[in-house]
Amino acid sequence: MTGLTSGIVRQQQKAKMADSGDSSAAERNNSASETADERLKRIYSMVNEKETPLPRSWSPKDKYNFIGLSQNNLRVHYKGIGKNHKDAASVRATHPIPSSCGIYYFEVKIVSKGRDGYMGIGLSAQGVNMNRLPGWDKHSYGYHGDDGHSFCSSGTGQPYGPTFTTGDVVGCCVNLIDNTCFYTKNGHNLGIAFTDLPHNLYPTVGLQTPGEIVDANFGQQPFVYDIEDYMREWHQKTRVTIESFPVPDHKGEWQKTLQRMVSTYLVHHGYCSTAEAFAKSTGQSFTEELTSMKNRQRIQKLVLAGRMGEAIDTTQSLYPGLLERNPNLLFVLKCRQFVEMVNGTDSEVRGLSARSPKSRNSSGSSTGSEYRSSPSLSPSHHRMDTQRANGKIERTYVTGNKSPNTGELINTKSNPSTSANQDHASVAEMNAVNSVTNGFSSNQVDVEMEVEEYNSQMVCNGVSSRVNDGASTSYMNGCSHNSQHREDLMETDDFDTDKEVQSQRRQLCGGSQAAIEKMLQFGRELQGMSVQLRRQYGKNEANKKVLQVKLPLTDTPVYYKCHSLGGSYRA
Amino acid sequence: MLMDTSDMICDTYPGEMIGREYMENLYGEDMDRVLHSVVKLKNAVIGNNKQKFHMMSLGVVGRLLEFIQNERAAVGLRTESAIVLGSLAKGSQANVKRLVDSGVVPILLQCLNNSNLKFVEGCLRCLRSIFTSQAAPVELLYTDPGVVPHMLDIVSQSPTTQECICSILAQCCKTSEHQGLLYSNGVIESLAPLLASKMYKVQMPALRVFCVITYTNQIVSSAVASATVSERPLPDLLVELCLRDKSVEMQMSSAKCLTYMCRANALSSQDSKIVYKALPTLIRMCKKDRRLEERVEGAETLAYLIEVDLELQRIASYSDHLIPTLSEFLRYPSTQTTVMDLKRLDYDMKHSYELRAAALMAFASLGANDEDIRKKIIETENLMDHVVCGLSDPVIRVRLAAVRCLHSLSRSVQQLRTSFQDHAVWKPLMKLLQNADDDMLTVASSTLCNLLLEFSPSKEPMLESGAVDLLCDLTKRDDPALRLNGIWALMNMAFQVETKNMAFQAEQKVKSQILVALGTDQLFKLLSDPDVNVLMKTLGLLRNLLSNKPHIDHIMGMHGQQIMQAIVLILEGEHTIEVKEQTLCILANISDGTTAKDFIMANDDVLKKITNYMIHANVRLQIAATFCISNLVWNEEEGALERQMKLRDMGVQKLLQQLLSSSDTVLFDKVKTALQQFT
Repeated sequence: MTGLTSGIVRQQQKAKMADSGDSSAAERNNSASETADERLKRIYSMVNEKETPLPRSWSPKDKYNFIGLSQNNLRVHYKGIGKNHKDAASVRATHPIPSSCGIYYFEVKIVSKGRDGYMGIGLSAQGVNMNRLPGWDKHSYGYHGDDGHSFCSSGTGQPYGPTFTTGDVVGCCVNLIDNTCFYTKNGHNLGIAFTDLPHNLYPTVGLQTPGEIVDANFGQQPFVYDIEDYMREWHQKTRVTIESFPVPDHKGEWQKTLQRMVSTYLVHHGYCSTAEAFAKSTGQSFTEELTSMKNRQRIQKLVLAGRMGEAIDTTQSLYPGLLERNPNLLFVLKCRQFVEMVNGTDSEVRGLSARSPKSRNSSGSSTGSEYRSSPSLSPSHHRMDTQRANGKIERTYVTGNKSPNTGELINTKSNPSTSANQDHASVAEMNAVNSVTNGFSSNQVDVEMEVEEYNSQMVCNGVSSRVNDGASTSYMNGCSHNSQHREDLMETDDFDTDKEVQSQRRQLCGGSQAAIEKMLQFGRELQGMSVQLRRQYGKNEANKKVLQVKLPLTDTPVYYKCHSLGGSYRA
Repeated sequence: MLMDTSDMICDTYPGEMIGREYMENLYGEDMDRVLHSVVKLKNAVIGNNKQKFHMMSLGVVGRLLEFIQNERAAVGLRTESAIVLGSLAKGSQANVKRLVDSGVVPILLQCLNNSNLKFVEGCLRCLRSIFTSQAAPVELLYTDPGVVPHMLDIVSQSPTTQECICSILAQCCKTSEHQGLLYSNGVIESLAPLLASKMYKVQMPALRVFCVITYTNQIVSSAVASATVSERPLPDLLVELCLRDKSVEMQMSSAKCLTYMCRANALSSQDSKIVYKALPTLIRMCKKDRRLEERVEGAETLAYLIEVDLELQRIASYSDHLIPTLSEFLRYPSTQTTVMDLKRLDYDMKHSYELRAAALMAFASLGANDEDIRKKIIETENLMDHVVCGLSDPVIRVRLAAVRCLHSLSRSVQQLRTSFQDHAVWKPLMKLLQNADDDMLTVASSTLCNLLLEFSPSKEPMLESGAVDLLCDLTKRDDPALRLNGIWALMNMAFQVETKNMAFQAEQKVKSQILVALGTDQLFKLLSDPDVNVLMKTLGLLRNLLSNKPHIDHIMGMHGQQIMQAIVLILEGEHTIEVKEQTLCILANISDGTTAKDFIMANDDVLKKITNYMIHANVRLQIAATFCISNLVWNEEEGALERQMKLRDMGVQKLLQQLLSSSDTVLFDKVKTALQQFT
């Protein structure tokens, strides 16, 4: 994100320089003599095509059989029988949209609407089923010509824009700065269609009836919609944000500001020794005590280890009143606890024997040197947009723990201001809230994709009852990344681990019948808590999101054999 | 230091001269010292409203004007004096008013003829402050006819003259006369290059001038459309100022200017500058992230741009979620958000009615012509409730906008039958009509016209609540638009086709009620109305009244003589073909009656006229006349034989036979039918 912003600024400066040299920049932009390469280079000047090539045509490999390509793989036609929606066929572009674009745009001209004009234009992630129109599946988004509806990973569309047909030019713009998408029809902006888009989506079109032909323009031709004007507005916006960014210090004290930023980052994440050393060498001071930092770190570790019950208990004993003041936080924590219960990690279902003793860490002061030297886990901020394929469990994406990714920078930036705003909460306390949330959010995102996994687990364990039918069925957790965390813990931490749990095959709630009942009971309480929260504070979209998992509505779910992986990952 | 504070407010600071002392120094002999104290005065009043007021109370303005007018005084002194006046003109409205009352404006305008640029700039700055205030004495600029041409002459001298003169002109162009005067003095040529200025301070006021001179002025707009700036068309320059990285104010103003040029027919509504620049810019200005003032201005200008163009209405209707965005205007400020800060609340309340009015105007334009768009608007959540509420809004602008919106939506037959009925819109509408001004009445009565169409279920309850009397009153108004709406609504009310929801008796009752309420005198007065549209609708009313045999006989029985007189009068008068055709149709209706036929048969004059129209050059009149004859000789009816005989004697049958050679198929059919009746 930060890279992107600075990219825009640089681009702007370039544009500015060009402006001063050549009075009629606009004229130059529209000159017909510009080649396709030149145009693409100008529009997406921050993209390094050696690393992240731009989509320039449809992929002959990444398409359904019923799709035919011609004219340098820019023209798409339908060659199936087109009886019903099962005959739908899509094609993706050769490459995903590079994030460094900032703003990406492509247009599709409808050469012929064919028999029924069931055409979908949009975006999809790699691996999404191609025997479908864009928008019907998870991580797939589309705008359909027959009814003008938008489809956001769902078989049912929302009324969105006008219909489109032969002769129309439909454009699709992905704004990777605020992760939204809007469409255009014949050069007119139809307004935002999708929000919270993931990154690394591919331009996609889908056709469904014979005779449908569409041509793509990935920037080789001038666009019908004035996308560059839209980009100009965002460049301007970004510049203004930067220029008007409030700097609390007096002139020339940038150095101090930057140092404070680093220092608060270190304190926030509990890198005690580093923070100390940094403070010493730069003459900074930080207010939070070391023990407090360590306490927060402990809670964070518990969260990351999936031991939510303990994490909640510890938070309550160390920061009494904190969770009472943040009922929504408590709610998400408990949701997570439920997830961990299902997968058998949480101590509630592991039984008291497995509960980790209030270990040395809590006494804190005694030794600590080896402990404080390296915080084992910096929170990883996996966002919804982390690259992944639909339903495919990718073991790799959870490894970000050790290297802070860009998301963290943003968090640290916001952190001081948050604590400044809420004077009543001590810095330490605020940090505690943050660390808990951070630890949580890294796991949270994975919930969605692991539904099927859960289903299969249920099946193989012979448990037929569904929990709390409906929404709360969905707190489940893949067995994927916790193991990863635990491995990290093994290396760096002195938590006692539970060998017997880890080594056995993974089962629902660790396989214990009593635990399952306990889990079900917990689920019901959670539902009750949600209802109560809503009554008290009104609807909370975030909470709702945690509760809800959208299942693909139209296609048969794909089951993944996660249990077979269960035994193998404890090395 | 002499301290005399007995008769003045003492708010001076240590070491500062007090007011009276300044005055004394201004009257000194030593010109250097005088200049020195003017400069001191300048420093003393700057940014201090209290001090400004105080100094003006002491009469400093008069003395400064003396310096300024004194041709022999050093130009430095005159300049400094002008600057002090400029400073005084900034600040409170009261200060500006006092300056204007002291006659500052004509003197400063006179001084613009001076050759010293610094002095002229000082005067212009002061004038700019005065003319851009709320109490701007606009007319003073035009009192001396030499002022405007001179201003345009010197405009290019410096950035300051450019900025100030543009600001003044933008504020002072209020009427079409002003526009004409500026145009004939070459305002376009003088200011067009400033649009390409590198300085925002100059560009922006120049752009504002172009907005005000093009507004509803076809001549000026056309001239602007064809003007060029260093060989580039001026409209292209406006498009450039509309780019999305320009300031919001600049985008708005250039979109506005393009809009005005489009509405003045200087730019086609299909022009890409309108469709792809002005329109989307205005739509963007309505969005949530804009300030309230900008949203209001955006929606109002948008309403104006698309008001009469179906294609623009269509594009706007699906662009960037415009309809939901506008409907948010109606809900502002939303009640859910808790109000934390009173200042904010005040700001919100002040703008909420402007937002409502602007949104309703935009909906009125959006729904003016297209049924699908109307449907989309009406289906927007709670929108009809807001429109109906708007009809009884305390703010008149909102009421007017709500009626306009309702008027647009009432053009839909389907809506008249459904949502209008569901929301009983006629109730607040009738209430609104009771004591409305003419503007409101015009729109409200137009809406009423539509509500009174035969198929509208609102009709009956409206009749019961005294709509007839109200409409009859309208036909007596001076404003032809109101008379037209009144008679039009009555015509719609009298129009009935084989109606199911109203019994025959009730129908008869409505017709009698109209005749009684209107009175034959008024009816015949309307038949001689100077406005041809009113005349047409009055004839339409007569025709609708004279439908169905029993009604024809009943009405002719009561008013036959007068009606025949009126008809003869119109047939003899100099009227358009349409009017005469309508009149002949009335005759045809009369000849369809049973007893009513006699009114024609007994009147040889009328019969003669009918036969004359049968051989008229205009085929439509021929058809109407033949139709009339056909009704008279209809052989199934009593006394048909005698009538046929009489007409045959008059040579009508022969005439009909001649008409059989007509190439017009409609006429041919009518003639054939008529001939078949003769036995």
